[in-house]
Amino acid sequence: MAVSVYIPTPFRRLTGNRERVTAEGRTVGEVLERLNQQFPGFADLIYDEHRRIPAHINVYLNNREIHSLQGEQTAVQDGDEVAVIPAIAGGAGTALTPEQVTRYSRHIIMPQVGPVGQRKLMAAKVLIIGAGGLGSPVAVYLALAGVGTIGLVDFDVVDLSNLQRQILHQNDDVGKPKVVSAKETLNAYNPDVNVVLHEVPLTSENALEIISQYDIVVNGADNFATRYLANDACYLAGKPLVDGAILLFDGRASTYIPGKGCYRCIFPEPPPPGMVPSCAEAGVLGALCGTIGSIQATEVMKLILGIGEPLAGRLLLYDALTMEFRIVKTRRDPNCPLCGDNPTVTQLIDYDEFCGGPPHKDGAPVAAG
Amino acid sequence: MAVEVRVTAVLQRLTNGAKTVQAEGHTVEELLRDLDRRYPGFLQQVQGEDGQLHRFVNIYLNDEDIRYIQKLATPLKDGDVVSILPALAGG
Repeated sequence: MAVSVYIPTPFRRLTGNRERVTAEGRTVGEVLERLNQQFPGFADLIYDEHRRIPAHINVYLNNREIHSLQGEQTAVQDGDEVAVIPAIAGGAGTALTPEQVTRYSRHIIMPQVGPVGQRKLMAAKVLIIGAGGLGSPVAVYLALAGVGTIGLVDFDVVDLSNLQRQILHQNDDVGKPKVVSAKETLNAYNPDVNVVLHEVPLTSENALEIISQYDIVVNGADNFATRYLANDACYLAGKPLVDGAILLFDGRASTYIPGKGCYRCIFPEPPPPGMVPSCAEAGVLGALCGTIGSIQATEVMKLILGIGEPLAGRLLLYDALTMEFRIVKTRRDPNCPLCGDNPTVTQLIDYDEFCGGPPHKDGAPVAAG
Repeated sequence: MAVEVRVTAVLQRLTNGAKTVQAEGHTVEELLRDLDRRYPGFLQQVQGEDGQLHRFVNIYLNDEDIRYIQKLATPLKDGDVVSILPALAGG
């Protein structure tokens, strides 16, 4: 029996971009097998490793889903139409539009993502602290991936020296608030993303309130005070923190899940001012932002999708000069001042990094990323 | 014990730009003193006057934090890799 088969957009790369093809068989199963012979690789798209059609793929015979008929044994007649459709279940509010199915097709066709995973990305809310070196690539990749809400915390303006590495900002943006420049860039890539601007310094007064609106937080701060504030607030608010840091030719990344260790488990206290230089003082190779920032974006997506193993319990070390990646083990320190058995840090602290005094809790603003 | 020591970018200012150096010691404490002999000023960068490691510096023996082994008394053997990691804040 010769039937026509409708091929969805994400699979057309196998069929020479054809929307409809003809195949022969006596049953739906035979037709699909024939398609695999004509277009090698087709079976990998529609079958899982047990050669069953997974939940995220529907197959219709003349507009009836084959599970309501005889499955792959359903008989076909000359002139029938078989349609292969990645599942777009759910009501109008959650359905993917045809444009979104095309835009995110490279996600949807992966079994570990699928339309269900794509909708998780679109429902996710991620806060990025700092719209600078690390914040830029994280924000860009998350926006491209369709993360539904991206919050940005930065009260700085774009400076010419930022343009060596901060890919959210371009020449004409110098002098503009970073979060405004960022929003323009992100929505030019993907108008679907709701970019929320927090053009404020992150302080002990506002950190919990801002962070509580999001599911996951990314650290792109450029100073210790903000890093410790973000770490403490995420732990107290129960939010995972995807951390990254860079300087010169070194980069680091880790993921902190509340209860499984935090930044203070590794570095209990910040160094005195002047002991560790900033990027402005020592410099950084611009592309390192992309390397570590992409790793952070990947970690965020893995957390949203619930796949792979996050960098929890591991600190990734990157040496750009030798092109070496190493991992050292981290753990929840029972003596950690924040998340240990007898915490001494139970409220947020604004470190006054300019005069090197002891921490104080008066809510004075500190420089954000 | 002859040990390979990895230092991050900031400490490389003291090791003439070298990322990986060789040093000797039966324990981490001895290793740090040996490093200070070879690269004067090194100890001050990682240890306070009380002889304790600065809280913003971590030392790893292979991939384990020495805090969870025997801290500065952690024994070393030939061929071990010790990484000295001060905190980084750049972003």
